[in-house]
Amino acid sequence: MKKLAVRTLAAVLLSVPALPALADVTLLNVSYDVMRDFYKDYNPAFQKHWKGKTGEAVTIQQSHGGSSKQAMSVVGGLQGDVITMNQAPDINILAERGALVPKDWSKRLANDSVPFTSSTVFLVRKGNPKGIRDWKDLAKPGVQVIVPNPKTSGNGRYSYLAAYGWALKQPGGNDASARAFVGKLFGNAPVLDTGGRAATTTFMQRQIGDVLITFENEAEMVAREFGRGTFEVVYPSLTVSAENPVAVVDKVVDKKGTRKQAEAYLAYLWSPEGQTIAAQNYLRPQDKQVAAKFSAQFPPIKAFRVVDVFGSWDKVMKTHFADGGVFDQIYLKK
Amino acid sequence: MQTTESRPVRFALTALTLAFLGVFLVVPLAAVFWEALSKGWDLYAAALVEYEAWQAIKLTLIAAAIAVPLNLVFGVAAAWAIARFDFRGKSLLTTLIDLPFSVSPVVAGLMYVLLFGVNSAIGGWLAAHDIQIIFAVPGIVLATVFVTFPFVARELIPLMQAQGQEEEQAALVLGASGWQTFWRVTLPNVKWGLLYGVILTNARAMGEFGAVSVVSGHIRGETNTIPLHVEILYNEYNFVGAFACASILALLALVTLAVKTYVEWRIERQHTASLIRTQQAREALA
Repeated sequence: MKKLAVRTLAAVLLSVPALPALADVTLLNVSYDVMRDFYKDYNPAFQKHWKGKTGEAVTIQQSHGGSSKQAMSVVGGLQGDVITMNQAPDINILAERGALVPKDWSKRLANDSVPFTSSTVFLVRKGNPKGIRDWKDLAKPGVQVIVPNPKTSGNGRYSYLAAYGWALKQPGGNDASARAFVGKLFGNAPVLDTGGRAATTTFMQRQIGDVLITFENEAEMVAREFGRGTFEVVYPSLTVSAENPVAVVDKVVDKKGTRKQAEAYLAYLWSPEGQTIAAQNYLRPQDKQVAAKFSAQFPPIKAFRVVDVFGSWDKVMKTHFADGGVFDQIYLKK
Repeated sequence: MQTTESRPVRFALTALTLAFLGVFLVVPLAAVFWEALSKGWDLYAAALVEYEAWQAIKLTLIAAAIAVPLNLVFGVAAAWAIARFDFRGKSLLTTLIDLPFSVSPVVAGLMYVLLFGVNSAIGGWLAAHDIQIIFAVPGIVLATVFVTFPFVARELIPLMQAQGQEEEQAALVLGASGWQTFWRVTLPNVKWGLLYGVILTNARAMGEFGAVSVVSGHIRGETNTIPLHVEILYNEYNFVGAFACASILALLALVTLAVKTYVEWRIERQHTASLIRTQQAREALA
């Protein structure tokens, strides 16, 4: 009996290191929760492209979790060759702590290293019973708004910035009026979930709230999972462009000797095939031709870039989301 | 035993207990299986043999297979030292053994990240020598060992203290060596308690989420244990997959429960038997 146990243990242990030896090169893509669907389609496309071009087989491993937690894992030594996030601060932190990427990482690829974008939209119950058309309707009394926590979630941060940016652009809008507006809006939020997915579950499965603020591509996920007839998507008059930046983690690829493959992996995101896969997953492509082909599913929107309205992400994080920042002031006041 | 409560009171109390059990234990457990099987057996089976799920199951078993024997050896040694000997710092040792219970699992995980992350002295040295502890299998095993550390010792200490030293002293007086005493007297006396501790250790090792989540790195098919895999699948709206994996954990819990009940029954019997033996020995001496 004891011998058997020892043998089984040994067999199990020995079989562990034998796993990754499937291909010549292994890349680890560290990403955030909900990007799996896109990369599930994209990875085989890249593997085929790379094999055809160089004859080399690449295995791509994926790591998923909350975006800031994932970034901190890479800082702590998770051997990610590339990092694919939903906002710049989660890659900036790699430059600030441990110099894993250079400070100007975003300049190394086209479009500030953003291969595709999404935007913040509203999901409302079927028939739009509360008549929600634009941001101002979310601050009305009696409207329950489901939105993830901007302190912990990229999705929540974009939602907050979209609302703030909209209020700034209203006639006579200024920081004071914008603060008052987002204060009222978040005052209508019964709970703040920690992430975008959790907020979706609150809205769709637990059926709490009148409106969910989330990304356009998340709305498509909801449609696929819960059926298209169960809700409506409302595009506000002005929203934010949610950018999904990507970067090669220099320190890791130089150690592993995978720079060539990692750079090609990211560069291929801008290829017509990569852009098409993005569009198929309801992410707005940067490539004009691909965008034109999918124009039916992307209604024209007025979207601003965070850096254009708020300066830099550094400033945004310090002013709005740091402890004691604007968000804490407006949310704790209620 | 004669009860003093009236019939309606007894009935109400029983009904309350059963309702409570039903709402808080049976219904949620049934819901897991219901959801897992909501799209049929084929999808259920497919979700379990899928590469990433299979790897998660394997990793969970590996972590448990390392953590349980380690904690078994340590637990027996610690319990023996604490229950049988008096030494300086004994209460400190007892407190230290309990540490993993009082430290939040997330904090436990972060401790290892601080200790072995590349920004620490140890982590930097490890990285320079290409040794990956954190965000790899060794980190997961470490975290699992930490959170399951106290179970065996905690189970054995009170048992050994209650049994007393008489039988062991008798063995020593009769000329047995310390090692012989341990194998032939001490161990047989506590074997069911030991097994109970092992079962608890195993259940916690397989189910641990917080600490492992922090040190895992969440690489699919490589550093995800079953609980981590369940969370990711759930977040991806893959409810069948998530609950299929959850049902494996639930099944494990049920098996654990059954074995635990059996062991408890054996402990009870052993305890009674040893009491009778002691009683008889005392009578014989008198």
